[in-house]
Amino acid sequence: MNVAAPMPDEMPDQINEVEALPARGAPILEMRGISQIFPGVKALDGVSIALYPGEVTALIGENGAGKSTLVKILTGIYRPSEGEIVIDGQPVTFASAQDAIDAGVTAIHQETVLFDELTVSENIFLGHAPRTRFGLIDWKVMSARASELLRALESEIDPTIRLKDLSIAQRHLVAIARALSVEARIVIMDEPTAALSRKEIDDLFRIVEGLKKQGKAILFISHKFDEVYEIAENFVVFRDGRAVGSGRLAETPQDTIVRMMVGRDVSNIFPKVEVSIGQTVLAVENYCHPTEYRDISFALKRGEILGVYGLIGAGRSELCQALFGVSRPSSGRLVLEDQELTIRSPRDAIAAGIVYVPEERGRHGLALPMPIFQNMSLPSLARTSRSGFLKAANELALARKYAERLDLRAAALSVPVGTLSGGNQQKVVIGKWLATLPKVIILDEPTKGIDIGSKAAVHGFISELASEGLSIIMVSSELPEILGMSDRVLVMREGLSAGIFDRSQLSAETLVRAATGNA
Amino acid sequence: MSDVTETRTRLAIPDRLGTPFSRLLGSWEVLLFGVAVVIFIANSFASPYFLNAWNLSDATFNFTEKAMIAFAMAMLVIAGEIDLSVAAMIALASTAMGAAAQMGIGTPGLVAIGIGVGLACGAINGTLVSVLKLPSIVVTIGTMSLFRGISYIVLGDQAYGKYPADFAFFGQGYVVWVFSFEFVLFIVLAIIFGVVLHATNFGRQIFVIGNNEFAARFSGIPVERIKFKLFLLTGLMSGIAAVCLTSRLGSTRPSIAQGWELEIVTMVVLGGISILGGAGTIAGVVIAAFVMGLVTFGLGLLNVPGIVMSIFVGLLLIITIALPIVARRIKHMRTR
Repeated sequence: MNVAAPMPDEMPDQINEVEALPARGAPILEMRGISQIFPGVKALDGVSIALYPGEVTALIGENGAGKSTLVKILTGIYRPSEGEIVIDGQPVTFASAQDAIDAGVTAIHQETVLFDELTVSENIFLGHAPRTRFGLIDWKVMSARASELLRALESEIDPTIRLKDLSIAQRHLVAIARALSVEARIVIMDEPTAALSRKEIDDLFRIVEGLKKQGKAILFISHKFDEVYEIAENFVVFRDGRAVGSGRLAETPQDTIVRMMVGRDVSNIFPKVEVSIGQTVLAVENYCHPTEYRDISFALKRGEILGVYGLIGAGRSELCQALFGVSRPSSGRLVLEDQELTIRSPRDAIAAGIVYVPEERGRHGLALPMPIFQNMSLPSLARTSRSGFLKAANELALARKYAERLDLRAAALSVPVGTLSGGNQQKVVIGKWLATLPKVIILDEPTKGIDIGSKAAVHGFISELASEGLSIIMVSSELPEILGMSDRVLVMREGLSAGIFDRSQLSAETLVRAATGNA
Repeated sequence: MSDVTETRTRLAIPDRLGTPFSRLLGSWEVLLFGVAVVIFIANSFASPYFLNAWNLSDATFNFTEKAMIAFAMAMLVIAGEIDLSVAAMIALASTAMGAAAQMGIGTPGLVAIGIGVGLACGAINGTLVSVLKLPSIVVTIGTMSLFRGISYIVLGDQAYGKYPADFAFFGQGYVVWVFSFEFVLFIVLAIIFGVVLHATNFGRQIFVIGNNEFAARFSGIPVERIKFKLFLLTGLMSGIAAVCLTSRLGSTRPSIAQGWELEIVTMVVLGGISILGGAGTIAGVVIAAFVMGLVTFGLGLLNVPGIVMSIFVGLLLIITIALPIVARRIKHMRTR
């Protein structure tokens, strides 16, 4: 007890220090030279950051820059391969999520797991409910403390009602209350505004101001520059797992940060071959969805690679899934080779010659326990079989053809796909769709989670397909990939088209501005 | 050394690893076949009456009707679904046939009614699962009560017994020598189901659905339509089994085939069909049918009471479900 609580006579000192030096106290938390190595990937490479009491530090970076990995290290989910975490000058190690909480670190995630059937106070205190002398849950204290927390957030939610009766914004407040229900001095907010309206964001920012006044150190992760400039004092920019810049936001113009985010030589990594672009193959007109996207129109030509860029939640995957018939647009027209089509199911799309390589290949693209050749032949069974009976020899021949084209590495065509590496699994998914001889192939994050070597192979192959006359839609969150591979880029922001850019107009700054809504 | 194999795999990926024989060895089916042989030998020592062609022929009645349903159930379980209403479908189909027989309807009509009721019940299950997207375990527990409940309302403590004389053929007739109609039907169905599951596009799609329903849908497989067909097929097989069983017993009580769903699921799982879906063979189910038939018959010859047999079936079910899962966990721990 005595150890954990700060000595009473120290308290005023601390507060005075913050007030006296609003610019900078001593950091509460420092991460020094943190690296996180996963098989084949260095997710973080020697990153150092410092968080100061009463200040918000914005963590900025593209998807995949290593922000989430850092959050997972700070919350005790990953243990860093190298480097140290220092709190109040003392090195600490988090062996578990509980250790991180005990050290005073709490996180408000984009999607905090809450339980619909439990009450608000149960959700807030799940796992650390106050106890009575007999070890039973002290409902009275719990309810009172929940009310207190919610009042501090300027909310009148009754802590005894069930979560399912709350609105999305109210749930979000409960999630914040849950994060603040532990004694925390370091608060991580991982894209907290992603699902909120402007008014709710204002409310959230008032809460953040309140936390600042209490002397808490806040790590604020966001893509949106306007928000970052509004709420944060400091910034750190991550790129490819490295901290490439940091400083005070007041002294740093937005352009500088954009350059830090994307500044990379992209031209020579991507083997984009110049292709003569042909006639329009696919025209999408005014595609709308009740919630995910609105008024999307574009045309795709023969041999063209159309990049689709945007932040997570911009509606890119949902648009692609509608083109493939997984979901249906509420309105809009689709014309394929001068014929208007209504695509009701993936079956219709495949028959029409539109195929989709999903982002989550394990979940949506492959039957992992089944052999490579059976996965490859799946959408082409009508061709490999004879009057409904399987012909293994035809299936194997088809699988062999695409395995060789894609330079697949496997012990045999009969081994389960699940035994292959991520890159080779992706080759199986691509091969499976090429075998259907499509006209349009949609690639959703085609190189997500695969190692550098396989990435280059996949890029080379995509380029080769375009030169053979296939039309390609490539969704990607990785700017270099979009810039290096695309003939044109459709940028989406919050479900709307933020413009289509020609290769001649392409630059990292243009795309990031369009995607984040900065003129 | 590793360089050599590396270049070889890069030149040409082999179609398969090992020989057909080496793949067969160590399979669940071969292991189960060994168990069947051991039980067969044990039975022949345990009772002097066991090794008699007619006795063995009698023994097959212990499993033929259940096995017919087990073939369809195997497909359902591979696709990630289950049907617990199979025994209740038998009861309802048998009750319908009994009522029709009282009204003087002849054998062809009775067979049509039995199969028709099975198909109708299967269509109900299939609609609830594939159209309304309800979980099959809940749906079929519900229809299990529903179908058998109707039999109880119709029959109460009565029984139907006046079946036409030629109706007896399905359950009591012999095709040649000791081979009963039921046994021959069982063999024919085993072959048909084996071919459909393992050698057709339809069968392949069942495996894909069981392994990854999302990927199946994303690959253009009509998942719901196939599931509906499988429930319909299970209803059909329950109808056929109802014809055979009613014919063999010559009477219908509402408690007919009580508890069979458990034995059928046990047969399927013992046959190596993964309860989690996605894997298994019809050959395994055929061998499992023989194993269960031999064991119950052997215990019967030794005058072991029926309640002990049900304990045995329960234990068998738990062990065969647990065995592969525990084995995988041990293997996983070793490799870590």
